[in-house]
Amino acid sequence: MPLVEIRAVDKAFQRDSERVEIFNALNLDIEEGSFTALMGPSGSGKSTLLNLVAGLDRPTSGSVRVAGAEVSAMSPNQLAPWRARHIGFVFQQLNLLPVLTAWQNVELPLLLTNLSRKERDERIRLALGVVGLEDRMKHFPRQLSGGQEQRVAIARAIVADPTLVLLDEPTGQLDAKSSQDVLALLRRLNDEFRKTIIMVTHDAHAAASARTVLHLEKGQLIERQGAMA
Amino acid sequence: MKYLHLVLANLGRHKRRTLLTIASVALALFLFASLRTVVTTLAAAAQFGSARRLVSTNATGIVFPLPLSYANKLQATPGVEAVSWANWFGGRYGDNKRFFAQFAVDPASYLEMYPEIALPEDQKQAFIRERSSAIIGRRLVDIFGWKLGQDVTIQGTIYPGDWTFTIRGIYTPTDAVINDDMMLFQHEYLEERTGRPGQAGWYVLRIADGDQSASIAQGIDDQIRNSNAATKTGTEQAFNASFATMWGNVSLLMGTIGMAVVFAILLVTANAMMMSARERTREVAVLKTIGFTDRTLFGLVMLEAGLIAGIGAVLGLGGAKLLYKSTNFNAGGFLPGFDVTTSTLLIGAGVTLLLMLASGLVPAVRAARLPVVQALRRVE
Repeated sequence: MPLVEIRAVDKAFQRDSERVEIFNALNLDIEEGSFTALMGPSGSGKSTLLNLVAGLDRPTSGSVRVAGAEVSAMSPNQLAPWRARHIGFVFQQLNLLPVLTAWQNVELPLLLTNLSRKERDERIRLALGVVGLEDRMKHFPRQLSGGQEQRVAIARAIVADPTLVLLDEPTGQLDAKSSQDVLALLRRLNDEFRKTIIMVTHDAHAAASARTVLHLEKGQLIERQGAMA
Repeated sequence: MKYLHLVLANLGRHKRRTLLTIASVALALFLFASLRTVVTTLAAAAQFGSARRLVSTNATGIVFPLPLSYANKLQATPGVEAVSWANWFGGRYGDNKRFFAQFAVDPASYLEMYPEIALPEDQKQAFIRERSSAIIGRRLVDIFGWKLGQDVTIQGTIYPGDWTFTIRGIYTPTDAVINDDMMLFQHEYLEERTGRPGQAGWYVLRIADGDQSASIAQGIDDQIRNSNAATKTGTEQAFNASFATMWGNVSLLMGTIGMAVVFAILLVTANAMMMSARERTREVAVLKTIGFTDRTLFGLVMLEAGLIAGIGAVLGLGGAKLLYKSTNFNAGGFLPGFDVTTSTLLIGAGVTLLLMLASGLVPAVRAARLPVVQALRRVE
């Protein structure tokens, strides 16, 4: 059974007097343990698809199921704790709260759990260790490079051991070296820790790190490339 | 409590702005406490005084004297047990930075009239005996460091010239009706120096039955109505109240313009707090993406507003309470000592709560209702 099941999803919104259709009867399955890259031109609906899976946005019609839960039918009050438990999200930039240290940023999802202080500390140390930033835990975002900031954001996305890690253009603002580091980290999370990852990207090189690449154009999945590994 | 560091970190984001906002709240509440304390003190001043003491002043106005010859007439009035008199001196001491009231009194009858002026017997006798002596309240000792036997020179304003008095007594008031920073000296010394004998500023009368005060006062005024200087007699409480009502318009001014200033400061403060919350739209969206509920975010913003308002309130209200308590401010002896009352503190706490709601509610509701997708798109 797929981890993510998208069935007959329509998504449209109103821009002034114009109705803009993003998806029309979209169907998609994402398997557990997969690493999927979503590619496509601007406006093709990549980020919208990611938002639908995370429960940040609702389809106009159709069904979005993640780990057996009907995300599209949940109320906002149900969605927040569900996201805390199942979703780790990384944005292109400005992921971190500037007033908190790397450690405190990574701790945020754990504040929503019942873990003790000691258990939280262990998890944070482990997550920052996985992304290779044990020596930057007391640093504020302004004291980190762009690549380091993204790695902290990834640590925050995985610290609560979510079902699904979603990334929206995680390397969009990074230089080549930092991009390589982040992509290598994502591969490691998928290979070693069996994390299911969906990554939106414009960059074919970044997409090449994924096992599956989906191309979206005008709201349709027009191409599916198999494992790249 | 596990979110407290998050709230404190947000408060520390713009330290200067946070400090200025807290300072604004503190100033507004300090002003509020001060203005309301003026009003409550004026009201309290009208309550002091004995029901068994009457005060007779010149019916034309308190600044006009009464003939000293009225003393016998007043003493002979049925129901009157004792009579004394006093004059306002209105002098200055040193650089006049610290004003205090001086009164010329008839020592023996005045101290007998006011047992609340507690004074050792030997000091009392020295005051009665010595023409140029004076007694002072204990607070003047604290302020000026004066000692018994010391000569103190006061510059007269109503009665010009340098007036030197020898301190022969230090009194301690046993009731709030008596201020602890007055100077009393002999009325005869005033008459002698000015060469204008036979005038009293006002009379104080002790009556046998407080319930008869209205009829006795009316009787005195009727009896003297056709004299050169008609009297206006009332209870000591009414006399004190007349001083208080001299401040009536000031009180009204403070009660309206003052409160408008306080309200304006609070609005500015609330706006600063709302601006601070608006700047964090993106961060609120990120927190929602992580899984923070609407209720938690609402609570965090309200807690932030509450901390700013609360710290400001402690500084403003607490500062006013401590300041007036430590300085024992009493408007130069015209009013009982300023004290920020419990009711003022409670109303101040209510104003603080309103400020917290006014400044926190809008951004808190906005944070709770923020649509994540639009918020992220708007910033990116």
